[in-house]
Amino acid sequence: MSDSLTRRKLITTGLVAAAGASSLGVAAALASRYGLIPPNHRGIFGPSETLTYAAQRVLIPRHSLAREFNRSEISKFAPVVGEPPKDETYQRLLAGAFAEWRLTVDGLVARPSSFSLEELKRFPSRSQITNHVCEQGWSFIAEWIGVPASHILNVVGVLPRARYVIAFPFANGDPPQSWWESIDMVDAWHPQTLLAYGMNGPELPIRHGAPVRLKMPGQLGYKSVKYLYRITVTETVKNIGQGLGGANVEDGYSWYAGI
Amino acid sequence: MAESSYLPGLAIQNSEVLDSSRHSVLVRVTHWIHALSFFALVVSGIAILLAHTRFYWGETGGEGAPSLFDLPLPLHRANVSGWGRSLHFLSAWICVLNGFVYAVSGIVSQHFRKDLLPVRAAVSWSSIASAVSDHLRLRRPTEEESLTYNILQRLAYLAVVFLVFPLVILTGLAMSPAITSAVPTLVSIFGGQQSARTIHFFIANFLVLFLLVHIAMVCLAGFTKRVRAMITGYSAARRSPK
Repeated sequence: MSDSLTRRKLITTGLVAAAGASSLGVAAALASRYGLIPPNHRGIFGPSETLTYAAQRVLIPRHSLAREFNRSEISKFAPVVGEPPKDETYQRLLAGAFAEWRLTVDGLVARPSSFSLEELKRFPSRSQITNHVCEQGWSFIAEWIGVPASHILNVVGVLPRARYVIAFPFANGDPPQSWWESIDMVDAWHPQTLLAYGMNGPELPIRHGAPVRLKMPGQLGYKSVKYLYRITVTETVKNIGQGLGGANVEDGYSWYAGI
Repeated sequence: MAESSYLPGLAIQNSEVLDSSRHSVLVRVTHWIHALSFFALVVSGIAILLAHTRFYWGETGGEGAPSLFDLPLPLHRANVSGWGRSLHFLSAWICVLNGFVYAVSGIVSQHFRKDLLPVRAAVSWSSIASAVSDHLRLRRPTEEESLTYNILQRLAYLAVVFLVFPLVILTGLAMSPAITSAVPTLVSIFGGQQSARTIHFFIANFLVLFLLVHIAMVCLAGFTKRVRAMITGYSAARRSPK
């Protein structure tokens, strides 16, 4: 081993390290600019959450559709996690068959609005037979009927600064817990992202999120928030909870659940 | 040949190379990164499994549907699969990137061709049979023999690197609703989302079994020496008097 070889090795290693560090910096700046950094990019799992999200946003064509199935493939079972909200307002609306229920749409929109269930049902609807995949490991195929989120976003007029859509359900659990889950604009505009009011029929079974739930077959089930009452378009999710983009994320789950 | 699968001609040829080092830096570094990430994958995999311990075939499955088999494990509905999933994906990324570096460098440096591809003379039923019988009788390899890989090691390592690991990665990706949106074939070749999950589980079990046999063989061949070779790169054979 001659000295010059060692020195050459040292210089090469140094150059490679410097090139690596600077390209990492450039990559981080570019990634942030093109929306490849998820809200939960910090912490021990931050690097892998970011890699998964960025890799999928870069590699998967934006309008790839989740697989759709035939009517004959609809499952005869439909497992569900959790009970309907015990929240007083929800219970009152449920007792009135959701005639009084309204979905508020606000935030970075030109025309903040609220819609009744009847109004949502009068919008153009989409029906899709897709696999509902739970993070726990089970899955079932069902037909989901609803108004595409993109239609509502067009009705209210999304402002250019918008980066996320936050879905708020009625407080759920025991004791009641406020909940929220956010998605990026790519998923918000995705043709299969529905505000679903029907499952295997014109209505949503109560435990499956009546009167209206989010339905995104491209992500795991927990992103498809049930029992919706409000949708907010926003530039940042930093000011809600711990700022990680969702209540699930605070329990250690991925913000981006396309997985 | 009757005693072992060791090939004298090969050893002479290889001894010049292997004399100075048994494992290259790259093999050693990727080996230990892989060991750590695989351990994390197994632990986090079990944590994920505890949220739903039933397995199905086809596209769907859940409570209320017939299962293929149920594992007699305690269910943990909350607070396990969250960090379990996060750790699984973190270690999966490390495992895949590390494996990619290992595979590419192994091809470029011809490590696979020179050290793992069975030499023509060894690909015969008699040499395989003698290697199997050596293993069954738990015969310790000599120091010279442990400078190279025997036919069974070569076939096992090649199969794990180029068949089993790609399969466990593909069945993992086949469970992703977003990835299968872009590549539906990925899930249909495995027979559906639940089939992919079941196959993923079986391959993971196979890999754990492989690991146990690997550790048993390392112990048989001399735990300290073999582990030292994988850490320092040098085999004890190097210090033997010439």
